[in-house]
Amino acid sequence: MNQVTASMAGNVWKVVVNEGDQVESGQDVVILESMKMEIPIAAETTGTVKELKVNEGDFVNEGDVIAVIE
Amino acid sequence: MFESVLIANRGEIAKRIIKTCKRLNIRTIAVYSEADEASPHVKEADEAYLIGPARVNESYLNVDRIIEVAKEANAEAIHPGYGLLSENTDFAKRIQDEGIVFVGPDSYAINQMGSKLTARKTMEKAGVPIIPGTNDPISTTEEAKEFANKIGYPVMLKASHGGGGIGMQIVHNDQELEKAFESNARRAEQFFGNGTMFIEKVIENAHHIEIQLLADHHGNVLHLFDRECSIQRRHQKVIEEAPSPLLKEETRQKMADAAIKAAKAIQYKNAGTIEFLVDEDQNFYFLEMNTRLQVEHPVTEQITGIDLVEQQLKVAFGDELTLKQEDIQIQGHSIEARIYAEDPKTFFPSPGKITKLSLPEAPFIRHDVAVENEYQVTPFYDPMIAKLIVSGSTREETVKNLKTVLSKYEVEGIKTNLPLLKDIVELQAFKDGHTRTSFIQEYILVNQ
Repeated sequence: MNQVTASMAGNVWKVVVNEGDQVESGQDVVILESMKMEIPIAAETTGTVKELKVNEGDFVNEGDVIAVIE
Repeated sequence: MFESVLIANRGEIAKRIIKTCKRLNIRTIAVYSEADEASPHVKEADEAYLIGPARVNESYLNVDRIIEVAKEANAEAIHPGYGLLSENTDFAKRIQDEGIVFVGPDSYAINQMGSKLTARKTMEKAGVPIIPGTNDPISTTEEAKEFANKIGYPVMLKASHGGGGIGMQIVHNDQELEKAFESNARRAEQFFGNGTMFIEKVIENAHHIEIQLLADHHGNVLHLFDRECSIQRRHQKVIEEAPSPLLKEETRQKMADAAIKAAKAIQYKNAGTIEFLVDEDQNFYFLEMNTRLQVEHPVTEQITGIDLVEQQLKVAFGDELTLKQEDIQIQGHSIEARIYAEDPKTFFPSPGKITKLSLPEAPFIRHDVAVENEYQVTPFYDPMIAKLIVSGSTREETVKNLKTVLSKYEVEGIKTNLPLLKDIVELQAFKDGHTRTSFIQEYILVNQ
């Protein structure tokens, strides 16, 4: 099991995967937006998206868990 | 002069404009979003109006609401600051139709410069040197590859309607171009509503140097010399200075002449800036024109003693410029350091609450600051929270002053780029003025 965490504080601009999706290491899971900057957050391992912890529009802090990959 | 001005902006630039208006006895009207209720610009204006929720689309970019407030408050003019609505032709035109003066150029000039492709053509026709590249939009990856191979890599992919570095990327070969072309077009479409792309050759070892202009409605166009803004991260400026350490006197004059020619070609009025790329052999190429006040305008004010906002208001009111070209002289040197709320290594934004703010004071320091102690920096707007402007009689003295001031400048509670700024001023390349646009990549990132 591997957690995908936010590398910066900001709003979840887009969630680009669904729970149950197969993702590869390096594939974007969500796109965060903060202070006019978008940062794609990618999965660090290959696996299945077990749980998405955020919705579009949510605010996350640096280090918050965004998704769980299994 | 105007009796009242509405400032359609926020942060340090709203405060900066209010300051000059106060000195000129102009009534100031601020607007603010729900997230900015406690912001200094709201307190310092004579009147302040809530215009909507935090997101810029619902507040600072809400043209209908801003016009409604301007009418309610009887504002004679609107100063747009920089960013936000400052280069929005529709806004400039609409407020004009309402009988309110836009403190800036007319919508024709904004339009001419709003599309980078149109601007290239206009400048070429006016005899201003442009960067070798495409004069027409490139619509497919295949077409882009073909052109890139013709002029030779590396090339710069650019969104015609882009800004702030968005939709812009250097590519070194076919593989990189394939990866980058469509994604940049898509981002430009998302951000600017227009995904038109074009290609320019990369100018190697370039410096970013710009000429400040002032033009009135009576045919007068003046230049206020140059600013060097080469030190950038994510294609956004970090340190700017005036005058440029690179330019020879002869080049400086040639660039000023070209900039004046460019402004005259579009009957430009008000304050504007022509940006150039300059290589180390003193060749210069038109990059773009910013049809507004620039973030880094204070360094020009420091070396010329001219208040640019005051001149903007005079010109917008219809007055003739009383300044003469020969009255404008460079006195000393000035450097601006932008303080960003961001991680100093990754440059990722760092919103949060400021728990300590300590700004050193001295006669050679100017602070243009948007925040205060206990201020909550929100994730909704630009990460720039302050500008530190330091002057001196020579560049060497100014760099020394900047180093001293940075060592005493304190912001706590959020991450800032202060460590990066301190690293930059320590570098021999900075002291020597070897400030290419690749500076941060070349001297900072390479060691991380």
